[in-house]
Amino acid sequence: MFLPRLQRRRKVGRMFHAACALTSLIGLAFLVVLITRVAWEGLPWLSLKFLTNFPSVLNPPNAGVKSAMWGTMWLIGITAMVSVPVGVAAAIYLEEYAPNNRLTRFIHVNIANLAGVPSIVYGILGLAVFVRWLRFDRSVLSGALTLSLLIMPVIIIATREALLAVPQSFRHAAYALGATRWQTIRAHVLPAALPGIMTGVILAVSRAIGEAAPLLMIGALTYVTFVPEGPRDAFTALPLQIYDWCDRPQQVFHHLAAAGILVLLGILLPMNAVAVAIRAWHQRRKAW
Amino acid sequence: MRTLARWRERSIHSVVFTCALLSIVTTGGIIWVLTTESIAFFREVSPIDFFLGTRWAPLLEPRSFGILPLVCGTFLVAGGALVVAIPIGMGTAVFLSEYAPPWARSVLKPILEVLAGIPTVVYGYFALTFITPHVLRPLIPQAEVFNAASAALVVGVMIIPTIASLCDDAFRAVPKALREGAYAVSATRLEVSLRVVVPAAMSGIVAAILLAFARAIGETMAVTLAAGMTPKLTLNPLESIQTLTAYIVQVSLGDTPAGTIEYQSIFACGLTLFAITLAINVIAHRILRRFREVYE
Repeated sequence: MFLPRLQRRRKVGRMFHAACALTSLIGLAFLVVLITRVAWEGLPWLSLKFLTNFPSVLNPPNAGVKSAMWGTMWLIGITAMVSVPVGVAAAIYLEEYAPNNRLTRFIHVNIANLAGVPSIVYGILGLAVFVRWLRFDRSVLSGALTLSLLIMPVIIIATREALLAVPQSFRHAAYALGATRWQTIRAHVLPAALPGIMTGVILAVSRAIGEAAPLLMIGALTYVTFVPEGPRDAFTALPLQIYDWCDRPQQVFHHLAAAGILVLLGILLPMNAVAVAIRAWHQRRKAW
Repeated sequence: MRTLARWRERSIHSVVFTCALLSIVTTGGIIWVLTTESIAFFREVSPIDFFLGTRWAPLLEPRSFGILPLVCGTFLVAGGALVVAIPIGMGTAVFLSEYAPPWARSVLKPILEVLAGIPTVVYGYFALTFITPHVLRPLIPQAEVFNAASAALVVGVMIIPTIASLCDDAFRAVPKALREGAYAVSATRLEVSLRVVVPAAMSGIVAAILLAFARAIGETMAVTLAAGMTPKLTLNPLESIQTLTAYIVQVSLGDTPAGTIEYQSIFACGLTLFAITLAINVIAHRILRRFREVYE
C-alpha cells in the first residue's frame, strides 16, 4: 500500500534545510575565529614602528616588516608587469585567433593542468632555471619570474572567460564596418571584457602576494635587514617573514607573526573587495 | 598603408601566439627540470628502494631514501582534509544552489572567495598557534606539538571553497526540468536535492573532490608549519609526520649545494608530487569535459 507520510518527510526536509544552512556558516565562523585570533595576538604589536623597522632577532619588540614590505612591492611590481601582458595576450590568442585544431586543444588542456600544479613545483622550476641556469641568483627577478609563471594560468583562464562573455555580435558589427581583427579586439572586445579581466588579474596578483613556498624554494632569505634597490638584489617578502617568525618557538615571535599577518591581510582583503566590487558593478550595468 | 596594416596584423598575431606557446614551454620546463635531476638521483639510489622503501633518512647516516613515509604523510593530511571539506563543502553547495535566497548567495559567495584568498602561511600560523595548543591538545592530551590532524583541519578549510563552488556550478547546470518533474510528483525539496540533483551532478562532484584533493596534496606552508618534520609511516593523525612538500622546504632552507644527493632528492620528490597531482588533475578535467557535453 502506498503511504505518502508527507508530515514526516516535510519534517526531515526542514531539518536538512537547517543542516545545510548551518554547514554553510562554518566557513564564515572559521574566518571570524581566525581573524579575531590574529587581531587579538597581533594588534598590540602593530604600530608605525612595526612598518618602518627592520626585523631583529636580538630585539624582537623593535622588529618590523620594512624589508619584507619593500620586497613584496618589488616582487609584485615585476610579477604584474610580466604576467599580466603575457597572460592577457595568450588568452586573446586562444579566444580570438586560435583555429580549432589539435595544438589549440592541447594548449587548453595544458593550461588547465598548469593551474593545478602545486606552487612548490613552480619553485623547483624557478630554482633550476632562473637561479642556477640563468644565474639570476636569489634575486627579486628570480622570485618575480617564478611567481609570474605561477599566476599566468590563472590570468589566462580568467581573461578567456571575460572574452568569451563578449557577445559575438560586437565582433560582427566591427568587421562589417571594415575593421581589422586587431582593431576589433582593441576597440571593442577588450573594453567590453575589461572589468572581467581586471577582476581576474587582481585575484591572481593577490594570490602571488600571499605565496611563500616558491620563494622559499628559490632560496629567498627570511632574515633581511636591507631594502632591495634593484631587481638583482636579494630580498624577503611578507609571507616569508611571517613564516620565519611562526617557525621560531618563542612566544614573542608569534606575536610578531600575527602583526605581520595583519599587514598582509590589510593588503589582500581590500584587493579582494575591489575585485568583487568590480564584478558586481559590471554585472549590474552590463549592456548586453 | 594597406601593407602596413597587414604587417601590423601579422606581427600582433605572432606576438599573441608566442605568449600562448609559453604555457607549453612552462610545462616542458617543469618536466625537463624534474626528470634530468631525478635521473642523476636515480643513478645513486635505485628506483625500487626509492618507491618501495619504508625509511626516509636523507640527512642521517646510514642514509635511506624510501619515499613511502613521505607519501603516507602527504595522503594522511590530504585525506583528513577531505574528511573535513567534503561534508562542509557539499552542504554549502546544496544550500547555495537549492535553498539560499539571492541575498544569502550574495553574502556566502564572497566569503568563500575570502577563505580561498587567505595565504596558506596564515592557515599554518593558525594551526600551529591556535588549533593545536588551544583546541586539539585540551581535547586530546596525547596529541603532539606538531601533528597531522591540525594540518589536515586547516587544509580542509582551505579546500572548502574549491569543493563548494565547483559543486555549486555542477548543481546549477542540472536542468530545471529534472527538478520540476520531481516536484510534480510531490517530492520534497530534500528528496529533489539528494535523489535528483546530486545524482545528476555526480560527475561534477567527483571532479570537484579530485581537484580539491590535488590541491591538498600540493599544499606546502600550512603542513610545513603544523605537521612537523618527522617522516613516519603512520596513520595516526595525532603524531608528527612529514609530507613531500615539507621535506622539499626543509632541504631548500638548509642551503644544500647543487649536485649533492640531498639537492637531487628534492627533484625526485618534486617529480613524485608532480606526477601524483597531474594524474589526479587529468582525470578530474576529463570527467568535467564529459559532463559538460551531457547538459549543453
